Amino acid sequence: MAQIEEVTLDGMTHLVSNRALEGETMLLNMGPQHPSTHGVLRLLLELDGETVLNAIPDIGFLHTGIEKNMEAKTYQKAEVMTDRMDYMNTVGNNLAYCLAVEKLVGLDVPVRAQALRVVLAELKRISSHLVWLGTSALDLAAMSDFMYTFREREMILGILEMVSGQRMMTTYIRPGGVWRDVPVEFEAAVRDLLKIMPRRIDEYESLLTKNPLFIDRTAGIGKISAEDAVNWGLTGATLRGSGVNYDIRKFAPYSGYEQYDFEVPLRTEGDVRARYLVRIAEMRQSVRIVQQAMDKMPMGPVRSNNRKFVPPPRSEIGTSMEALIHHFKLWTEGFNAPRGFVYSAVESPRGEQGVYLESDGGPKPFRVHFRNPSFDNLQVLPVMAKGFLVADLVAIIGSVDIVLGDIDR
Amino acid sequence: MGLEQKLGNMGVVTARLEDLVNWSRTNAMWPMLFGLACCAIEMMSAQAANYDMSRFGMELMRPSPRQSDLMIVAGRVSRKMAPVVRRLYDQMPDPKWVIAMGDCASCGGVFNNYAVVQGVDEVVPVDVYVAGCPPRPEALIHGVITLHEKVRRERMKDWA
Repeated sequence: MAQIEEVTLDGMTHLVSNRALEGETMLLNMGPQHPSTHGVLRLLLELDGETVLNAIPDIGFLHTGIEKNMEAKTYQKAEVMTDRMDYMNTVGNNLAYCLAVEKLVGLDVPVRAQALRVVLAELKRISSHLVWLGTSALDLAAMSDFMYTFREREMILGILEMVSGQRMMTTYIRPGGVWRDVPVEFEAAVRDLLKIMPRRIDEYESLLTKNPLFIDRTAGIGKISAEDAVNWGLTGATLRGSGVNYDIRKFAPYSGYEQYDFEVPLRTEGDVRARYLVRIAEMRQSVRIVQQAMDKMPMGPVRSNNRKFVPPPRSEIGTSMEALIHHFKLWTEGFNAPRGFVYSAVESPRGEQGVYLESDGGPKPFRVHFRNPSFDNLQVLPVMAKGFLVADLVAIIGSVDIVLGDIDR
Repeated sequence: MGLEQKLGNMGVVTARLEDLVNWSRTNAMWPMLFGLACCAIEMMSAQAANYDMSRFGMELMRPSPRQSDLMIVAGRVSRKMAPVVRRLYDQMPDPKWVIAMGDCASCGGVFNNYAVVQGVDEVVPVDVYVAGCPPRPEALIHGVITLHEKVRRERMKDWA
């Protein structure tokens, strides 16, 4: 095994100001093992007393080589890698990847599959926001929210397990539809969740929204103007907390989002509290979308009939020679995608989750690249944190809602 | 009831020292609050209300290695992170144990590539491996109980 070199503070001195090198201000290392960095983020802080002058993120502690690994797998097999990228939004990653593959090869998706995709993506959005709410409130010493949010998260994971057999890494959405139809218990489970969710969101809010301690820690902290937010390429709730109305579900609808009636929550303050309120409101909108999608869930097939790209159902394999051949070909060598490249994006809980897919005509992607929202949202941290206290930095990191697997992939 | 009867009039109970020490070690084994990737979220689930690891004396996650007895390596260990993991392990006071949670920490999992250490046992000695991608909270709790059984079997002559 090659010798692994540890990155020390000396290797980062070119990033800090002369004042810090002369010893006028203090350099402090935060992370990669720190409970409030939500993973393995390392920050090099330049401090004047307790005031943050600069916060330089050092990323890559979770670099997994997912993009490179995907080049060695066929289009179907590469999908399991996308789950492990942004592990809070596994369904959304699958969706983004499948939309790109479908765009590349020109696959149709049945309407029922589209509606199921929307339901699961929105459920996963709620679950991701629940984890964010629990952990970022925990960082501000509000312990009980964590217990409540994880209670509802377990219900959502139970639904995902019911449809896919896995709690987190579902890979349920496949190119050309979904893996299989949902079981009969699915509808009742989702309806149960929809029934209790609005009241539960009220419950979380009753603990935090008007809590004077929480307001003190969040209002006016980590401000970013709308102009800055756009210039830094922010997306998601971090952008909408600054009053910029940009949501891919509205502006470039995919998977039938245009049929659903929902609002894009906006706040204009641009501080930690605004981002908190936007995410809480987003959860309510997601409940609305799931409600509508369940109400008008169409019947029919859940996978495309295009046998060149989508394996035949199990029942056909025993009776049809063609089906057997297609099944064998698809799972041994995969399908050839036409030469070219596509970009497709979905709205993940953190912002614009984009997939760039390039094909050289073979069964494996030539290049896969992800535009990950956390990566772009993290780079603004020095701007947001400047002039605030170290304790506020914890609130700011929490409010940006970064996932390190998303950044480093 | 129970203990009072065994104590008798003297208020004394006899036991082997190693049994007593091992028993006390298993019932207050503080894990380090140390999440790496996806498995860390399931580790949090195991801590939260539905699974409640405090039943095993583990409700207190210590972010500092100096105060922790158990390192749960929850997630893939990249080449950049490996020296950090080793340093954290070295900072933990004895006695200390390691659980490799999930396939990535156990053997590299689906990531057989340049970036990921193929099993955290290349870096630190592992006591219990928990399979799954990610393991369910129940699986993690099973791993913890397995570790407790291992600790109860430890003998004084091996402590040194």
